[in-house]
Amino acid sequence: MASLALPTRKDEAYRYADLAALAPLWPITSQMIHVSAGQSDALAITALSHGAEVRDIAITLEDGASFDLRVLNAGGAYGRISVTATLGKGASFHFGAAQLGGGAQTLEIVTEVRHLEPDAVSRQTVRSVLGGTATGTYLGKVHVARGAVGTDGVQSIRAMLLERTATANARPELEIYADDVKCAHGCAVGELDPQGLFYLQSRGLPPAEAKKLMLHAFIAEAFVGAPEGEALTEAALAALEGLL
Amino acid sequence: MLKIDNLSATVADKPILKGLSLTVNAGEIHAIMGPNGAGKSTLGYTLGGRPGYEVTGGSVDFDGQDLLALEPHERAAAGLFLGFQYPVEIPGVSNLQFLREALNAQRKVHGLEPLSGAAFIKLAKEQAALLRFDMDMLKRPVNVGFSGGEKKRAEMVQMGILAPKLAILDETDSGLDIDALRICGEGINAIMRKPDKAVLLITHYQRLLDYVKPDFVHVLAGGRIVKSGGADLALELEEHGYEAVAA
Repeated sequence: MASLALPTRKDEAYRYADLAALAPLWPITSQMIHVSAGQSDALAITALSHGAEVRDIAITLEDGASFDLRVLNAGGAYGRISVTATLGKGASFHFGAAQLGGGAQTLEIVTEVRHLEPDAVSRQTVRSVLGGTATGTYLGKVHVARGAVGTDGVQSIRAMLLERTATANARPELEIYADDVKCAHGCAVGELDPQGLFYLQSRGLPPAEAKKLMLHAFIAEAFVGAPEGEALTEAALAALEGLL
Repeated sequence: MLKIDNLSATVADKPILKGLSLTVNAGEIHAIMGPNGAGKSTLGYTLGGRPGYEVTGGSVDFDGQDLLALEPHERAAAGLFLGFQYPVEIPGVSNLQFLREALNAQRKVHGLEPLSGAAFIKLAKEQAALLRFDMDMLKRPVNVGFSGGEKKRAEMVQMGILAPKLAILDETDSGLDIDALRICGEGINAIMRKPDKAVLLITHYQRLLDYVKPDFVHVLAGGRIVKSGGADLALELEEHGYEAVAA
């Protein structure tokens, strides 16, 4: 929930934020999502507007509920999506996001997944492609409460820099107060594999096409299994065109 | 078709090719053999245009074009195919999608319409069958999870689909079991043994040459061709070793 005072850099969740772009939008009203016991729901967000776009989503999943949230964060000067998900017993939360930024864009995804009860599952996949002097950030906390045994949480965070002037920040965080849980996080920042690029080019693909093919595959990982996976991937590819 | 004249190249500032000359005519199959570190793979990569392989002297004429002035994808469109000793894995990119885009990029250069999905699948099926390669594997990401032999057979399927004029095959026989070796050898013959095509086979061993009979065999040592001969030169090398034969 948003407080009334504008956050500062000292606030961990806003450390990399574009505070000047945030100020006129503040305070942010949270979008509340509630999924009843045993029900399932899904939401796809495409943030493609030209100005600043800041969204905060608070999701509550009751016992056995499941929710699939996908985000394409590729909008204007500043794009921030923050998500808090609170999981009941045996609930399932699937989050996939692609951030595509060029120029001087600041894009960020901030998540907090709270496993409060046993046996809930969370999956987070974030893929960022950054060019120019863009900054792409992922801050993600997985909190496992005392007694939330059988928790299964995975964060897979990867960023691809198209130019060395771009910046990727990734901070997956685990906060575990229960025994017998399964939590994993992987995080990598890199550049397109030059060997793969040469391989594709050696078969006749021009460099831009070869790059696009590899980035397409990279981004698609964020949308695998989503109800609107194909539409999201298409939209992401269109946004990618602007970066190459 | 290919005329390499006094070619010198460095990798990370280290001279590897030192004045290599070689002429390959249409309809010919040439084998290049030689000890480790002689520059065999460097020759393949330099002709393919791999970044990091810097030409410091000499020239390469490919069917009337200055090969060295072309980008890697332009070399492919001009009809050059480089078979990799270690084919690269590309996660998430399916073989069929990649090959269709590559083929259509080449066709575009020649002013041809892109091949339709149906026509491409038909072509891919024919070429896969030739190499006894499972069509389902072509739907999977490029080389990911393929065994060494599967990667090499997949490369031959790529070659069949792209139908190059000249294939430079860098140790296509490494990592192959006996059956796969025969299948690859037969594939090379079926695809490339034609009057208007040519092959440069880079290999350590005689065994692939049992299936793909070369018209000429060259020994590459110290960055240049030190001896050339007919198919029997390979047998001589196998028997006596490089040092004795090329000395």
